Amino acid sequence: MSEAYVNPVEKLLRTERIPHIWCPGCGIGTSVNCFARAIEKTGIDYEHLHVVSGIGCTGRVAGYVNVDSFHTTHGRAIPFATGLSLSRPTSKVVVYSGDGDLTAIGGNHFIHAARRNVDMTVICVNNLTYGMTGGQVTPTTPQTAIASTMPYGNYEAAFNLPNLADACGANFVARWTVFHVRQLVRTMTKALAMKGFTFIEVLAPCPTLYQRRNRLGDGVETLKYYKEKSIIQNGANTAGVGLCFQSEIVVGEFVERQRPSLREEYDARMKAVLKDAYVPYEGTK
Amino acid sequence: MKADPAVVATGMHFIDGNEACAEGALAAGCRFVAGYPITPSTEVVEHLAKRFPRVGGMFIQMEDEIASSICFQGAVWAGMKAMTVTSGPGLSLMMEHVGLAAMTECPSVFVDVQRAGPSTGLPTLPAQQDVMQVRWGSHGDYEVIALSPSSPQECFDHAVTCFNLAEKFRCPVFFMMDETVGHMLGKVKIPPADQIEVAERRLTTRKPGEYRPYEIYGGDQPEMVRAGMGHRIHTTGLTHDERGYPAMNAAAQDKLIRRLCSKVLDHVEELTIHEATNVEGSDVTIVAYGITARVAAYAVDLARRQGVKAGLVKLVTLWPFNDRLMRDIAASTKNIIVAEMNLGQMVHEVERAVAGKVPVHLVGQAGGAIVEPEAIVAKIQEVLR
Repeated sequence: MSEAYVNPVEKLLRTERIPHIWCPGCGIGTSVNCFARAIEKTGIDYEHLHVVSGIGCTGRVAGYVNVDSFHTTHGRAIPFATGLSLSRPTSKVVVYSGDGDLTAIGGNHFIHAARRNVDMTVICVNNLTYGMTGGQVTPTTPQTAIASTMPYGNYEAAFNLPNLADACGANFVARWTVFHVRQLVRTMTKALAMKGFTFIEVLAPCPTLYQRRNRLGDGVETLKYYKEKSIIQNGANTAGVGLCFQSEIVVGEFVERQRPSLREEYDARMKAVLKDAYVPYEGTK
Repeated sequence: MKADPAVVATGMHFIDGNEACAEGALAAGCRFVAGYPITPSTEVVEHLAKRFPRVGGMFIQMEDEIASSICFQGAVWAGMKAMTVTSGPGLSLMMEHVGLAAMTECPSVFVDVQRAGPSTGLPTLPAQQDVMQVRWGSHGDYEVIALSPSSPQECFDHAVTCFNLAEKFRCPVFFMMDETVGHMLGKVKIPPADQIEVAERRLTTRKPGEYRPYEIYGGDQPEMVRAGMGHRIHTTGLTHDERGYPAMNAAAQDKLIRRLCSKVLDHVEELTIHEATNVEGSDVTIVAYGITARVAAYAVDLARRQGVKAGLVKLVTLWPFNDRLMRDIAASTKNIIVAEMNLGQMVHEVERAVAGKVPVHLVGQAGGAIVEPEAIVAKIQEVLR
């Protein structure tokens, strides 16, 4: 095959690991495609890019990307990434995980990493359900939606993730669906180049569990829904972007601020107090 | 490799065990610590929070113990020597990441300044109740190394040992003090840096593409890399093959888990640190560790003044447990008494190893106060009656 036919994202993939485990119609692969294109755009040296994930379908992303990658424990990708990021200041650390992993079991770590403004990009593929364990309710499942552990419809209020990240002080907050591939690539490119805690929510279908159980059709039906019901509103007040069952979806880049990152705050404080006695923590180069 | 003279606090100090442990970690090359406050361990990280910014290290107080126990592993994979510090209930929360460290062969040091439990137990009072927790706390089959110091001096010396063993064996290493040792003030001699042997990480020299992260290229342990060396490694808590990729089958599990266990168990003799006194031909030998070993030394002294042929075995290495050592002791003495600050944990290992050759007795108590020497002497008299 001529080189002209090689998929441009192939460089980032561990092709020997393909086929992947994701179901037909699943949106995770699309998000990885966008991620690969964003990596190419930023021109980050692969040697200095590390992907950390937790558990679940999206957690398996770490296994398919051809960079130093760490598949950790359920919900704990962010604290692992915190240690990694602080100790590899010259690298870009990306946490790639699903909604259940990052916001249920990992919810506490999520808010504290955003508060500290740790240098990392967190990509949350939100399919509104626990995929790998069979379609249980998550903190982002909309009210009234059916889940295997909500057989009569979810009665709990759902997280508005952009609002949560915003309230905790994240430097960058955005949301797209996997229908918005061009916008997603652009946003990922931007977030990867920024300092501090940057957060991108990516709405994605889970046809096998969420869509089927809620009689919403297949992956294509969901993309049609994303197309019809999405409203692009850059700079939207995150308090107003919560999701209801099959409601309109506000997408865009909502928050961009320049708060100093944890490393910068640490350096500034220690320099101010210890002056010449301060020896900066350099980790490894 | 020798310790860094710019960091080692060479000289005579009057400090407590927690501070000595912190200085030991510094001497061993530890430059990153993640922790969450818990009595009676917190002074270790408080001391490092002061020291680190002056020596190029960093302490981060995480949101909980679970975060701490994986945050420092992120630093280890970045190439740093790192640890976390906690006490019983905190250690209970960390257990999943003890398993992760075992499975990913991450050189991990967990300092556990023990207090009485279960649950919140007695926050400010001592115990030796985590002996079985460190050995069996995480699910699955794996092996750990655990050392228990008896004095502030040993807190310094063996903190260094723990880091060196973590590098060599690439498994979770526990440093098991107890509240008494952690808060005990004593004379600590910190030698010059050139007298402190520090183990280097065995980073692979193989080129990217020629290296498989979990293959054994000679020696007992796989060679390590750190993030950013260009090897594009994958590491996972899942059962994995030599490439580090998930391998979901019984054969891969059996191969991996047997190796994780044997890489420690094949080196029990090398890992055994202990002191045996007057065991040969004794009527009774006390086996103890940590603060209880010091109490037992006094009790043995009292008994010997009463004319009893009593001996003492102080264990520093708790895990892996040395069966051969225990069998030798059983062959040299008529009775064994295990003294520990719990209702019977290490005594089960001693009984198992001795296998009925001599009677094994327990002087135990539920924590909160050290075992009194008089209780050990009374047990000696009871056994010999």
